[in-house]
Amino acid sequence: MNSPLTLAAAGEVGGDFFKERTSDTLPCQAKPNEPFCFDWARENIDRFGTPTAQHLELVVISVLIGFAIAFAIALFAHRRSWLQPPLLAATGILYTIPSIAFFFLLLPITGIGKDTAIIALAAYTLQIIYRNTMLGLANVPASAKDAARGMGYTDRQILWRVELPLAIPEIVAGLRVAIVSTIAIATLAVFIGGGGLGTQIYGGGNLTFPTSVFIALAIVLLMAMVFHIALLVAQRFLTPWRKSRAA
Amino acid sequence: MSALQLPLGSFGGAIEFIFSEQTSNVTGGAKVGGFEQAVELALKQLEVTALALAVALVLALPLGLYLGHKGKGELVLVGLANAGRALPELALIALVAALIGIGLVPVTLALAVLGIPPIISNAYVGVRQVDPAPVEAARGMGMGEFAIIRKVELPLAISTVMGGIRGATIAILATATIAPLAGVETLGDYIINASIYGDDGRLAGAILVAALALTLEGLLALLQRRLTSDGLKVKTA
Repeated sequence: MNSPLTLAAAGEVGGDFFKERTSDTLPCQAKPNEPFCFDWARENIDRFGTPTAQHLELVVISVLIGFAIAFAIALFAHRRSWLQPPLLAATGILYTIPSIAFFFLLLPITGIGKDTAIIALAAYTLQIIYRNTMLGLANVPASAKDAARGMGYTDRQILWRVELPLAIPEIVAGLRVAIVSTIAIATLAVFIGGGGLGTQIYGGGNLTFPTSVFIALAIVLLMAMVFHIALLVAQRFLTPWRKSRAA
Repeated sequence: MSALQLPLGSFGGAIEFIFSEQTSNVTGGAKVGGFEQAVELALKQLEVTALALAVALVLALPLGLYLGHKGKGELVLVGLANAGRALPELALIALVAALIGIGLVPVTLALAVLGIPPIISNAYVGVRQVDPAPVEAARGMGMGEFAIIRKVELPLAISTVMGGIRGATIAILATATIAPLAGVETLGDYIINASIYGDDGRLAGAILVAALALTLEGLLALLQRRLTSDGLKVKTA
């Protein structure tokens, strides 16, 4: 992955971005052509603490809600195949509506603030998690289910002791994609007053200046990487029988 | 007014905003809204989406198909796909506006960057998953490598390849909503500059952006059906 700083090599800095925050950006104002201002970063790094915590909260709550709903409907639809196409279409619609439009469609009902952001972000994750869970369940070899049935397992036991454990890689992969995408999209929560790292990119009706954007971007990418790796580790831990086969 | 009437009232106001001009509270009596303005902004959003998608397709599709055919570069592409998902579109637009400039060209390039990872990684995965038997058969019949990619692997991988293109299109269209921050006036202008258009305008923008995304997704699903060869349709049915 390229360092985001390489982007900064191109072009000049727009002067307008400095006018809004005179008191904050004084050291940078002296050299507006510098895309990253270390002086400002050093002095202002603590202002990113609260937005980072808000961002984490938005992401974790919305993905947990999304996972609970998507997993529940996946289990419900698992043995009711007639339900699967309409559920795929319904989650697909929620996935396709751009988050920023979703925020403002909800606004008349749920108002300004992080609740609206969480609902829209959770709705966005449904399709990813639902589809991966169904894929995981569909990929379970029929022989494994037959063997379990031969041992006297009921449908319910087969689901919880055979099918779901074997579907864990796909389910966790879905969770990974959902969480990484949500970390990126949660920056848009700033538009609906939901807080998060977006506030350090777009504040007071204007884009902030590049140093602040770069720091916010770095925190977002780092957060995504940490969750990505944590879920890879969790997947290995949850499927110990795959270790010998994992190349 | 009951709790339910209030939201319904807002939606009514938004629909009215789309179809008839009204006087803005802010711009000194200037007219905002109306069907003509909505169409103009929607066309701008479609224009920048189409341009960015075209750039992304030209750069990513042939490369993804070729790498898939050769079976090379998997680690790089997986990393690219993950990084692409993690890239916050708001930061991308902000950096492009500040460091490259505002207007159609910088925004098109920024949006194209968002479209490349899903297109290239799906093209790669799609071609990799093609059954090797028909590829060997085509080679045995004397087909060249590029003909194999175009006439054998691409048709067999079309659903995965189109999945990437659809994902890229929706990501680009969604991000084009915040393009007004970088000087391209799309439907997002209704949402971002609510001080000019008012609450009705903002909700109207949200409705129009959602409708545009769903329509585009529907059209791409139809296109995918058209592009899928009849033989494959029979097999999956």
